[in-house]
Amino acid sequence: MKYKPLIIFLTISSVFFLSIISIWKIMATLQGLNLQNLNINQNFLLCILTTFLFIFIGNKLDHLIKIIILSTLFTALYYYLNEPTPLWFYFGLFLITLFFTSRIRKYNKDFLKEDYVTEKIIFDFISLFGIIFFAFVILFPFYIMFVTSFKTQIALLVNPLDFSIDFKNNLYDVFKSYFVIFKTYNFGRYILTSSFVSIGTVIITLIFAIPAAYAVARLNFFGKTFLSTSILIIYMFPAIVLVIPLYTVFSQLGLRNSVEGLLIVYTATTLPVAIYMLQGYFKSIPKEIEDAGLMDGQNWFGIILKIIIPLSLPAIASVALYVFMIAWNEFLFSLMFLDNPKSFTLSRAINHLTGDAETPRQYLMAGSVVVTLPILLIFVYFEKYLVSGLTAGSVKG
Amino acid sequence: MSDTLSKIEKRTAYTLLLPAVFLVFAIVLFPIFANIWISFKEVELKDIRIPEPRAKKIVKEITENQSQLKILYRLRNSSLIESIDDVKFSDKLPKNIKPINLDSRCKFSLNKIKCNFGKWEAKYKENFEILIQHIDNKKINKNIIKLQKPNLSGKADNILLTMKFTLKNFKKVFIENNFIDLLLTTFYFTFFGTVGAIIFGIFAAQLVNQKFYGRTFMRSILLFPYVGPVVALAYTWTLLLDPNSGTLNALLVNFQIIDQPINLLGQKYIMMNILGFEIKLRLALTTVIFFEIWRYFPLAFLFILARLQAVPKDLYEAAEVDGAGPLKKFIHITLPQITAIISILFMIRFIWNFNKFEDIFLLTGGASGTRTLPINVYQQGFGVSDIGMGSAVSIVIVLILIIFMFIYFKLIGKKANEI
Repeated sequence: MKYKPLIIFLTISSVFFLSIISIWKIMATLQGLNLQNLNINQNFLLCILTTFLFIFIGNKLDHLIKIIILSTLFTALYYYLNEPTPLWFYFGLFLITLFFTSRIRKYNKDFLKEDYVTEKIIFDFISLFGIIFFAFVILFPFYIMFVTSFKTQIALLVNPLDFSIDFKNNLYDVFKSYFVIFKTYNFGRYILTSSFVSIGTVIITLIFAIPAAYAVARLNFFGKTFLSTSILIIYMFPAIVLVIPLYTVFSQLGLRNSVEGLLIVYTATTLPVAIYMLQGYFKSIPKEIEDAGLMDGQNWFGIILKIIIPLSLPAIASVALYVFMIAWNEFLFSLMFLDNPKSFTLSRAINHLTGDAETPRQYLMAGSVVVTLPILLIFVYFEKYLVSGLTAGSVKG
Repeated sequence: MSDTLSKIEKRTAYTLLLPAVFLVFAIVLFPIFANIWISFKEVELKDIRIPEPRAKKIVKEITENQSQLKILYRLRNSSLIESIDDVKFSDKLPKNIKPINLDSRCKFSLNKIKCNFGKWEAKYKENFEILIQHIDNKKINKNIIKLQKPNLSGKADNILLTMKFTLKNFKKVFIENNFIDLLLTTFYFTFFGTVGAIIFGIFAAQLVNQKFYGRTFMRSILLFPYVGPVVALAYTWTLLLDPNSGTLNALLVNFQIIDQPINLLGQKYIMMNILGFEIKLRLALTTVIFFEIWRYFPLAFLFILARLQAVPKDLYEAAEVDGAGPLKKFIHITLPQITAIISILFMIRFIWNFNKFEDIFLLTGGASGTRTLPINVYQQGFGVSDIGMGSAVSIVIVLILIIFMFIYFKLIGKKANEI
């Protein structure tokens, strides 16, 4: 038997095992456990021991029995070697070991003799590590945002690591931040404004974009190629270079602090990409279907309404969701145009909250949850449409 | 016959396009050109309000005489800087009510009081009083008088429309504004943000392209940072990185990895000792770049994943038969398949990162060495209230953008449509 693959496997898998244990320890610390030492050296030896036993036992035992024995052994050893912690921590540790040992199921003495096994081991664990890494790095801020909204400023200043939610209190105290932002800071109103602006932008954009996209996709006219290239070019100009002239003109016309002004700007800035996305789809609709419509004596309005729109509903859904997302998340224009709290959108309202240094952070995070949750839910629910919208529209971002 | 048909087609096309083109022209193209105009002017934020005459109407009862009322108009020029010429005033009275003791500047005819106030200097203020009386000595209803609002008009210069131009703004942009430093910061931010996002994107796409349990779930999660609202995410990060009681610093101190909390967003430089070399790292800028990568690698991921899924499976199978390991497969099959998309992504992301405003603004506000060109537009225009200067910086951005776009379309414009 070659020893090189075995040693590489033991090291890499132990590093991986150790990193998930460390993440578990960090998460436990954030629940208020007083863990002050990651004990990396000692736990690393423990991990190596476990993986070594895993290979050593090999197929002599049934896989399920093997991993349960190993997990119990690991948890027990960990219990003797580390500081005492509550029972749920060990239970989590047990589950993690179970997960880890079942992941390395295919590794045994025979597998380690295969060709390119070193590379395979490295790739295998890099991807395992990658999954854990990305999941942790991405979800961690969202997790902090969520749990902070249930804490109080004082509790966090006393122990910034204790994010445990105290359910012994009554429910009102747990959700207090949410009651406060809706009552004192008028977030109900901002949700309405944001929804109105976003849905309004979607509707107006579609009304303008569908006919224009149809013309670009189907009809021949002078300046067509020029128009279709300029759509993309215009789209690449960022909001920041439009802000000063729009601000001055809107101030003089009295359009600042009005939802209508915001609607106009959002529509105009999303129109190019909406046209670009729709015309691509319209081109893929067979022309024969339209010709049949023309035979029936339909004019362009009838063709768009009765043939093009029903056939391209998926594309329209993508565009609508993408535009909705842009309008809902938009910040720069709402910052520039709105300074009257009566016409704030959610993003602007949260920014306004931070303007006062005294605002406790749990209110800020509760507000952030209120603005983030709807768009994430919509995304998860309509993922298919939104992803195709993102792919087509992501020349911007 | 066909000639008229094509004419009809043309006309239809223009009708369909007109609303969209008009709107985009007014809100997107017009401001870009308006920037040029404004950048040659000396305008400040307070100048852009057109001065207008204003009047506040206060109605007072006279206790001794119910048939009389006193109306007080508080007149003022809304501008503190500019004068208004030819101010005209008019207010309507109900029937059978007449003013007495009318000012010499005013006339009363057809139930209307009309006054000609002439020129109002800047900051002009006047309390203007009129006594009114019912012809039949009846009681006057106070509320009817109150509801009638006076009309005022006047002529004032709109500073944006005057023909005074200056080159001062551009002089300031290039000489007084630390322009080189600004440009370098912007490029540093843009370049590393783009490259980092693409590297993480390749890594993530390679992961999700494999089969594993919870793969679709993973794909959704990977897009969260991009889908979430920037305001919420940026503030979450500021709380996370806060030196006083932020989670990250607290964790690092708790596990004794660092002794003192690090102000990741508020410290300009940090000295790093790597392999014996002292390196001065721009800390706040690096943190902002990491946020940028975190938020935008999902886009790179999405593009690259789409490309990877289109790679024929038999290529990998053939390579396996030839005895290629995972590394060789990645270098010789995967990488060549995605180089085209990576170059396109690099250009597009480069352009967009170059223009990035919100992320930096919300995280640091442009302080501690994170001042990029877009941040400077805001700082000049609204922080220092120098609109002209802000526009001049915008013009610089537009010019650099045009160069980028030229390169983009020269290099890969046609390829982009194929993918």
